[in-house]
Amino acid sequence: MSRLKTILINPIFNENPIAYQILGICSALAVTSKLETSIVMSLAVIFVLAFSNLAVSLIRHQIPSSVRIIIEMTIIASLVIIADQMIKAFAYDISKQLSVYVGLIITNCIIMGRTEAFALKNPPLQSFLDGIGNGLGYTVILLAVGFVRELLGSGKIMGITVLPLHTENGWYIPNGLLLLPPSAFFLIGLIIWSIRTWKPEQVEE
Amino acid sequence: MFEHYLSLFIKSIFIENMALAFFLGMCTFLAVSKRVETAVGLGIAVIVVQTITMPVNNLIYNHVLKEGALTWVGLENVDLTFLGLITYIGVIAAMVQILEMILDKFVPKLYHALGIFLPLITVNCAILGGSLFMVERNYSFPESIIFGLGSGTGFALAVIALAGIREKMKYSNVPNGLRGLGITFITVGLLAIAFMLFSGIQL
Repeated sequence: MSRLKTILINPIFNENPIAYQILGICSALAVTSKLETSIVMSLAVIFVLAFSNLAVSLIRHQIPSSVRIIIEMTIIASLVIIADQMIKAFAYDISKQLSVYVGLIITNCIIMGRTEAFALKNPPLQSFLDGIGNGLGYTVILLAVGFVRELLGSGKIMGITVLPLHTENGWYIPNGLLLLPPSAFFLIGLIIWSIRTWKPEQVEE
Repeated sequence: MFEHYLSLFIKSIFIENMALAFFLGMCTFLAVSKRVETAVGLGIAVIVVQTITMPVNNLIYNHVLKEGALTWVGLENVDLTFLGLITYIGVIAAMVQILEMILDKFVPKLYHALGIFLPLITVNCAILGGSLFMVERNYSFPESIIFGLGSGTGFALAVIALAGIREKMKYSNVPNGLRGLGITFITVGLLAIAFMLFSGIQL
């Protein structure tokens, strides 16, 4: 029981996919200019990650090693197509903003990385939880960056104005840098600094 | 005509740089940029794969997947665009595998120099992302070749630049928590802002 809890909780701060394993960075930078898109992206990644881990783990004894990458890709691609169609059906405006990045979940290194590193060698329930755990770790970073970027970059959270902009008779002059993608790099760098100050065992030599 | 292709080429290297403007291929970008030699190997591999897969994907999209594309077989109302993602990634994986076999047979020295990077490119978001952009913008066949060559070169340029900077930074006094990954992120952020200076250029 506690092993299952460790598998679920570990990837959130101890071995965070973005801050420690260097996986899943592309989408983390591109979709975090608003909190809404960050949330939808995180949900999509948790869904694909958990179920692809589960699927690969269920057939792990039957896959011949020479074709395993192609089989993994097929499973992941099918799940991403399902997720993409669902997003297009239920949240069409957001799917337009996410454009190619939902398709790019297929090549999102977290998914490939976790299936290779964990699902191929572990039973289905643990793989499923590992998928959810890593998805949650990814979500934490995405929500943190998305929150700061939307709040300080445009004064809104989820489209609701919190800091009235000076162009709309308010007082807040938005920080334009935060609306640009490079700001996500700086924010993630600062997040990594804080996580490694909190947990010094992650510091590189 | 020639200016159009030249401007597309220059645009895809600098103004719409795959790594620094669209942030695709970040994982390999950050993980492989510790030394300049490995970065050069990755860069060359990306250019080759991108230039080959993009025209092939273009042909498949225009003649098999698009709405009404299958008229040459007699099926006019079939729209297979939803199969796009899985087709492009299949093509990329197959091309990388074939390229690996050709290099191993005919140019073994280059094959050994590239090493692990060739298979790693299959999951590089920049390759799939390039194909998806090409589909979204409806490029013609010659445009897709130019775009493939240009986007690959842009990525190579960015990786080699970052590797050069990281090699020099090994001798700096970076605070403990920032060492390694943290300072790399901040450096790439500054590189990305630097590349934004190209965004106002109209070709």
